[in-house]
Amino acid sequence: MSGLLFQAVVSGLLLGGVYGLVASGLTLIFGVLRIINFAHGAVMMLGMYASYWLWVWLGVDPYLSVLLTAPAFFVLGMGIQRVVIEPNRAAAEHNQLLLTLGLALFLENLALVLWQGDFRTLRVPYANASFVIGDALVEVSRLVAAGGAVLIALALFVFLRRTDVGKAIRALAEEREGAMLVGIDVARIRAVAFGIGSACVAVAGALITPFFYIAPDVGESFNIMAFVVVVLGGMGNFIGALVGGLIVGLAESLGAALLPGSLKQLVVFVIFVLVLLFRPEGLFGGARGR
Amino acid sequence: MAARTLGALAAVVLLAAPPLLPKYPLEILISILFYAYLGLAWNILGGFAGQFSFGHAAFFGIGAYTSTLLLLRAGVSPWLGMLAGGALAAAFGLFAGYLSFRYGLRGPYFSLVTLAFAEMLRVVSVNAKVVGASLGLVIPTGAPAPSLFVFAGKLPYYYVILAMTVLALLINGGIARGRLGYALIAVRENEDAAEAAGVNALGGKLAAMVLSSFLTALGGTFYAQYFAYIDPTITFGPAISIQGLLPAIVGGAGTVLGPLLGSFVLTPISELTRAGLRGRAGADIMLYGLVLMLVISFLPQGLMGWWRVVRRPGR
Repeated sequence: MSGLLFQAVVSGLLLGGVYGLVASGLTLIFGVLRIINFAHGAVMMLGMYASYWLWVWLGVDPYLSVLLTAPAFFVLGMGIQRVVIEPNRAAAEHNQLLLTLGLALFLENLALVLWQGDFRTLRVPYANASFVIGDALVEVSRLVAAGGAVLIALALFVFLRRTDVGKAIRALAEEREGAMLVGIDVARIRAVAFGIGSACVAVAGALITPFFYIAPDVGESFNIMAFVVVVLGGMGNFIGALVGGLIVGLAESLGAALLPGSLKQLVVFVIFVLVLLFRPEGLFGGARGR
Repeated sequence: MAARTLGALAAVVLLAAPPLLPKYPLEILISILFYAYLGLAWNILGGFAGQFSFGHAAFFGIGAYTSTLLLLRAGVSPWLGMLAGGALAAAFGLFAGYLSFRYGLRGPYFSLVTLAFAEMLRVVSVNAKVVGASLGLVIPTGAPAPSLFVFAGKLPYYYVILAMTVLALLINGGIARGRLGYALIAVRENEDAAEAAGVNALGGKLAAMVLSSFLTALGGTFYAQYFAYIDPTITFGPAISIQGLLPAIVGGAGTVLGPLLGSFVLTPISELTRAGLRGRAGADIMLYGLVLMLVISFLPQGLMGWWRVVRRPGR
């Protein structure tokens, strides 16, 4: 394998880990609430700003900031679910989709009003630390982000398997009426799921701040990427989201190495359309798409 | 009867008043009709057929780019280019629609696949030097030449978009009262039951797709000629898809007058807040997002649905 390709594979896998965590939150929300959350990227953007301001004002390291932002965004997510989405449970599917779109427009432009559109970067002292594996240069911050993302996603997986709340979430995703029959407080579980999904994406945002710019529309591209990953992995399928994240990261990175300009995104969309058309249930199964 | 009188009155005002308007209100009126037109075009597929396209930017962009490239490269009048763009968009719609419906994509999956098609066209046009890449294309607007879709002042553009909106209204009205409309609504409410009752669901949805994409592409050409500049983000980006479907949602999807009404409410809010909050970038769209959330929460059937409830309480 040539050096360029090896580098692309390494970068792709590192980026894919972060996609995996973003998509884990989205797939959890989809699994339980059955809505495609267009505001997921906007919540990630808010998470990035939260870590940014904690750094600028208080000098909190972005990796440590997740100890504050994760609980805060869990509460924020529960609030969004309770106030904005839960009252519209009975609304048509596309109306719920538009609801989250309205929320995304609101949050993104709120950030634009509050903090303007200029790109901000969070310059930590270890920003340029890196080492070499084979022919590939690995930035420590990217490795930490990918490793942290995968660890958190796996911890979440264990949480869903082992704890009562986790089991209730899975029960609700599996069979709503059955979950209600066995006495699960479904409204509360929906709020918890939205809270966890929001916390996940806020942490993913924090993990990439050492090497990624921060701007009001930064979440948009992650949002679309997360849709691709979630569909690829099977909507509602947790491990699928992680593996899907790695595949999409790899596809994007290889596309960037082999194709000119920003055509790398085309590779991702082609995969997206092919999966939607031929395997809408995802590569590894999930909620049925047809 | 009252409704008919009101309609006639509105028509007279829309025909006769604009020459008397100053420039800025006239621009707002053009915007209102432009988004009403896009809403009406989207409504055929998204409203009547219930196929929630999130990627009408694809058709809009195909229309804008086809007429503009034909004009710049071959000197073809945008009036003809408009029809070519419409035909190309309809062909693309047929292709995308056939693929999606053939494989039974429904609900959010259809929304996502349309979004993906539009994004693919955006990425390709950003990278293709032939179509001006990310710099976009400038439409020459020297001397007024009505045969080339270039006019002096805003007023002629107003009458063009008015005529287009009337056409779209007539098509929506024809669908609502005709066989196609009943078939589409049956498919929207319950596709399996509609098919069992002998409705050709695939055929109906494809017909809606073709009409909707053709009309949306004409809107793209209008945009190109009116603003004299297009680029991939403006024409293929998600924003135009959203701005095109919101009037229909706010006014009442699947109703004939809904998109028109929706645009008359929504567009002035957005234009006036943009003008009023000029120093605060984003404030207008922030408000837009808030209005969207409120409308979905409190008027889930849009203004038309709300009006029906008000008029006939207890139903």
